[in-house]
Amino acid sequence: MNAALLIVQVLNGLQLGVLLFLIAAGLTLVFGVMNFINLAHGVQYMLGAYLAVTFYDLTGHFLLAAALALVAALVFGLLLELLVFRHLYYRDHLDHVIATFGIILFLNHGVKVVWGSAPLNLPIPEALSGSVQLADGLLYPLWRLVIIAAGLATAALLYILIGHTRLGMLIRAGASHAAIVSVLGVNIQRLFTIVFGLGAMLAGFAGIMIAPILSVEPGMGDTVLILAFVVIVVGGIGSIRGAFVAALVIGLVDTLGRSFSVDVLRLMVGPSAARTIGPAIASMLIYLLMAFVLYFRPTGLFPVRGR
Amino acid sequence: MSRLHDARDTPMRLAWPLAREIFPVVLFAALALIPALAGLLGQQYVLSLFGRVMIFAIAAVSLDLLVGFGGLISFGHAAFIGVGAYAVGILSSHGLREALLSLPIAILASALFALLTGFVCLRTKGVYFIMITLAFGQMAYFTASSLAPYGGDDGLTIAARNTLAGFELLRNQWFFYYLVLGSLLGTYLFCRGLVDSRFGRVFRGAKENAVRMQTIGFDVYRFQLTGYVIAGGLAGLAGFLLANATEFVSPAYMSWQLSGELVIMVLLGGLGSLHGAIVGAAAYLFLEEWLSGFTENWKVIFGPMLVLVVLFAHGGLMGAWNAVVQKVAQLQPFANGAPARD
Repeated sequence: MNAALLIVQVLNGLQLGVLLFLIAAGLTLVFGVMNFINLAHGVQYMLGAYLAVTFYDLTGHFLLAAALALVAALVFGLLLELLVFRHLYYRDHLDHVIATFGIILFLNHGVKVVWGSAPLNLPIPEALSGSVQLADGLLYPLWRLVIIAAGLATAALLYILIGHTRLGMLIRAGASHAAIVSVLGVNIQRLFTIVFGLGAMLAGFAGIMIAPILSVEPGMGDTVLILAFVVIVVGGIGSIRGAFVAALVIGLVDTLGRSFSVDVLRLMVGPSAARTIGPAIASMLIYLLMAFVLYFRPTGLFPVRGR
Repeated sequence: MSRLHDARDTPMRLAWPLAREIFPVVLFAALALIPALAGLLGQQYVLSLFGRVMIFAIAAVSLDLLVGFGGLISFGHAAFIGVGAYAVGILSSHGLREALLSLPIAILASALFALLTGFVCLRTKGVYFIMITLAFGQMAYFTASSLAPYGGDDGLTIAARNTLAGFELLRNQWFFYYLVLGSLLGTYLFCRGLVDSRFGRVFRGAKENAVRMQTIGFDVYRFQLTGYVIAGGLAGLAGFLLANATEFVSPAYMSWQLSGELVIMVLLGGLGSLHGAIVGAAAYLFLEEWLSGFTENWKVIFGPMLVLVVLFAHGGLMGAWNAVVQKVAQLQPFANGAPARD
């Protein structure tokens, strides 16, 4: 366990955290404004990755492919909203869960039908491939730094959008008093559609950014979805700020836990026992963190008032 | 909600309980006759198929207890099945194959897991509860995946089914079938007794209005935790049977997809009737059997079906059955000149 390894793992943790934020932000926005649980958010992320691969194969140009995939993810999200979600906003949470679970089943197996079940790859754009030297003997892949930067930039943009624009004001108002906003003459249905589209785009964007370093395969959205749930539950459902803080914490705890749990445990128990229980403890770590936070603050770290 | 229901049911007070009783009796009688039918047709796979249906029905009934009667939408119920199954697998990998030992351990292990997670989960409400149960289910899943000595990701093959008091009874598929049927019947009757008891009234009351129950003086948290532990233990029973039926345990038993499927089973059958959960489990597994005959990716068809059910068909299969019964029952009051109030 040396300093270089620690720095690399902290960066990896940040990268995971930023990715989780991109997904959790959409999830928490949609829940905050529409009171809607969208389990299908994870497959929208998966679809973003698949679309990026397809458009790259068609155009051979990364940026163009990313832009097209983003638009396609948005269109698909709006289509889902129009066909299914719109009719469920005022229903039970149980109905949300079942309907979106149905969409997960459909898309997870649908991509198998369309793209096959073998994992696909998206090459890193040439200008951004390779590594940068952070310090002596410390190389770090440039693309991961790009992901971190893009995630932080998105967070800043969201902060401005939600906090300092007219649309953001409507979103915040809609989140706390949808009926009153509607009575004041705002087309609440259109606002809902915009928020949903924003969430779909964020998920698609996350999928596009991660596609070059993960294999694109069916079910890739499921693990991320659960992690995003942990993030928004810890952060406080509906709070973007909470999602940001919690995403970084969860990303760091998970990554550092996985890389150092065996080493830390070795100091306490024998090496063989550490090798056995280390991975088990590492995979439980974020859930234990969640349990700990919720035991003391059942509505998360940054609870949204009026809910 | 229940008061509303009573008011609507008044004109057919006679017909209603009868219909409510007839259905489960017919259902269990049919299940008891399946082995004879399978023997006549000479198709032994029917036994294992129905065995599987009943095992998942046990888990679905226990989940219905939480969702349908307690309003606690648990999305991590498969974890309890998995804990029970792993108890059987781990014990038998150490040479302990006695069901009289591993059954109580399986149930207790699941109940203990329910107690520990319920302790935190039940402090939260609504959507938080859904997500936390989901997250704890995943925690169990990943823990099982990293249990390298017990197969890890690949799962754990069980050398042979449990013995009962030293006899190799569970190997006999007829015996095993009736053991599963008996477990299902026991679970069903136990849950029905439970929801009708004083405990059940408080538990159901907390679903309607937790604050009011609290104000009357009930410690809602304690009642819900008890219900959660009972449901967990019953799912552990399903896990014990599942491990013995497949002679294999794997982390997949704890996957959140399976939790979702259990919720779907309960919802398909219709919430809050208990026997609806059995019907739902059967409907789901038969649908799987049927659709997977067409394509390996049968969920491409099933997913949209699910969306359509949510959008257009409320109350599930038992809801449809009840609507039919109500229609039939309404014919009588009209004959007496007392039209049904609506």
